[in-house]
Amino acid sequence: MLDVSSWGRLRQVPHEVARPAFLDEARVLMRSQRNPVLCYGLGRSYGDVCLNENGRLIVTDMLDRLVSFDRQTGVVRAEAGVSLDHLLRTVVPHGWFMPVVPGTKFVTLGGAVANDVHGKNHETAGTLGAHLRALGLARSSGEVLTLTRDENPELFAATIGGLGLTGMILWVELQLAPIRSAMIDSETIAIDDLDAFFRQADASRDWPYTVAWVDCLAKERAIGRGFFIRGRAAEAGGLTPHGAPRIGIPFDIPGGLLNGVTIGAFNAFYRKRPWALGARRLHYDPFFFPLDAVARWNRLYGPRGFFQHQSAVPMQGVTETIRKLLALTAEFAEGSFLVVLKMFGDRPSPGLLSFPMPGATLALDFPNKGESTRRLLTRMADVVLEAGGRLYPAKDATMSRAAFRAGYPAWRQLEAQRDPAIMSDFWRRVTAGAA
Amino acid sequence: MTARILVLGATSAIAQAYARRRAAEGCGFILVGRREDRLASIAADLGARGASSVEVQVTDLAAVDKIEEAARALQARFGSPDEAVIAYGTLPDQAAAELNLSEAHAVIDTNFTSAALWTLALLKDRPAGRPFTLVGIGSVAGDRGRASNFIYGSAKAGFDRFLEGLAQKYDGTPTRVIRVKPGFVDTPMTAGIKKGGPLWATPDQVAADMQRAVAKGRRVVYTPWFWWVIMMTIRHLPWFVFKRLKV
Repeated sequence: MLDVSSWGRLRQVPHEVARPAFLDEARVLMRSQRNPVLCYGLGRSYGDVCLNENGRLIVTDMLDRLVSFDRQTGVVRAEAGVSLDHLLRTVVPHGWFMPVVPGTKFVTLGGAVANDVHGKNHETAGTLGAHLRALGLARSSGEVLTLTRDENPELFAATIGGLGLTGMILWVELQLAPIRSAMIDSETIAIDDLDAFFRQADASRDWPYTVAWVDCLAKERAIGRGFFIRGRAAEAGGLTPHGAPRIGIPFDIPGGLLNGVTIGAFNAFYRKRPWALGARRLHYDPFFFPLDAVARWNRLYGPRGFFQHQSAVPMQGVTETIRKLLALTAEFAEGSFLVVLKMFGDRPSPGLLSFPMPGATLALDFPNKGESTRRLLTRMADVVLEAGGRLYPAKDATMSRAAFRAGYPAWRQLEAQRDPAIMSDFWRRVTAGAA
Repeated sequence: MTARILVLGATSAIAQAYARRRAAEGCGFILVGRREDRLASIAADLGARGASSVEVQVTDLAAVDKIEEAARALQARFGSPDEAVIAYGTLPDQAAAELNLSEAHAVIDTNFTSAALWTLALLKDRPAGRPFTLVGIGSVAGDRGRASNFIYGSAKAGFDRFLEGLAQKYDGTPTRVIRVKPGFVDTPMTAGIKKGGPLWATPDQVAADMQRAVAKGRRVVYTPWFWWVIMMTIRHLPWFVFKRLKV
């Protein structure tokens, strides 16, 4: 038994770990029905979607081979354990990019599909699910299936955003997006409050990539102050892919460096950087993956770990909902290193349990201070629920069964498609005692 | 460089990582191993990454009696490669192998006997004067006889001494012999050992060091570099200190 934790490092959870080096080995592991099983990629989800206490865990990071890559059409098929880090380094020099990237490139393709990830271009590109052509799935029955919109369509829909519950994703085929350079032309604009954010979002409709960073400790009229960042692919600048992170946190920071005082000071300083405002051309790596620059940054929160709240709230009353959420974080003064606020568009996903909805999304980290942090998260979840929104399973460690079911009415269909030999701590938590 | 590389033991994690790096340079490959399906998936991977050609040959590399015949078959089918990498091996449970002689026999034959015979077979019928690089993947375990791992270690040590002699023989000729000595590497071979900590390397780190060594023609490569310091120390410890070491 090995102890495994997710990115939030809230708990060390024992698992019977297997790490197959080839797909044939992986299929054999899936066929065994001894103990409930779950696949685990690079462990970048925050809560318990990737954990299966006392059960079997199949770590997929060695299943990272390319199966085919058409350099003319940009169609690539790869084993699901390949990281986006690795994939990008392979395809960028040939003028191709992932159509959707999440906030870190250190996730596996399988994990990205299982969580139906979204990125800064959600308004135009939707989630990753919209760009998938086919999936290869291995079930515990021994079946190995190809899933597409036409072939096994219900299983295709259930597997996208399906949290790994329908089977082991063996390979993924997707359509990459063409790029003329690895650079991004971006503009950073200071925003004074929440109304300014929505005005900027409205004025930025012809920018494919948009996101805002917000000071979660700002109070009252200043709620929502921060930076609005928008970007588009540059036409020139070369096709050099990214390199490895140069700095890393080599060990746990005892007590954690990140608390209300240090974060408040950081926010004040970060807001005033004059050099950050305005237009500039930068490489895709710092534009899409700024936190990846510091390897193992999650250790900055110390051995107690941290929580993430990420919610999607509908357009109806969006300003008020976001204001209430930010007012809660300021009141509790718990602070967060990175607070992301972004609009979601209405491009639908083929996934059953897809997280985004037309409206806005807010994402924040909270150092784990025990009960007080959980209380804050519950209160924020209540605001989200009341507004008709939902929380992101990939980030969640605390959502209630009621919140989950209200947010994802299609959950029963996923449960019907779930491979009986697969279970996760998350699914156990949010569906326990369900009829 | 569009070299053609013969990889003996192509399903090894280090071999895959090395082949990937060379594929990006446009090299061609002949992959040899026992599992056709696994070799096929590696071949597809290398092709997608830019390899100019990838061929597959299914052979049991450890079958000592068949080596000469298998080498001739490779030569007939694929001609003479520009580079050969000996990447296969087997790591036993030392305690079990001490009691089970056939297991100990297999370890020694796989890691030393067959590797040495393959090397001789590949060099035997080569056109003289034609550039050739032989890369032998050894191990720091061969640098000194330690109670914890001497069956594997001595087999690797034997092969290392063998390659050293070859290096002297071919010095000054276009045939280069490169000895690679990894320390702890995170691969399926070391699945039974507790991993983690600064001494552990990824297959890709080792592959990067190999790629550099081949490009520069270095004779001996400890990978990562700090193993040179560690093994230099361990090799020179006086017996009364060494005998107490629990490594």
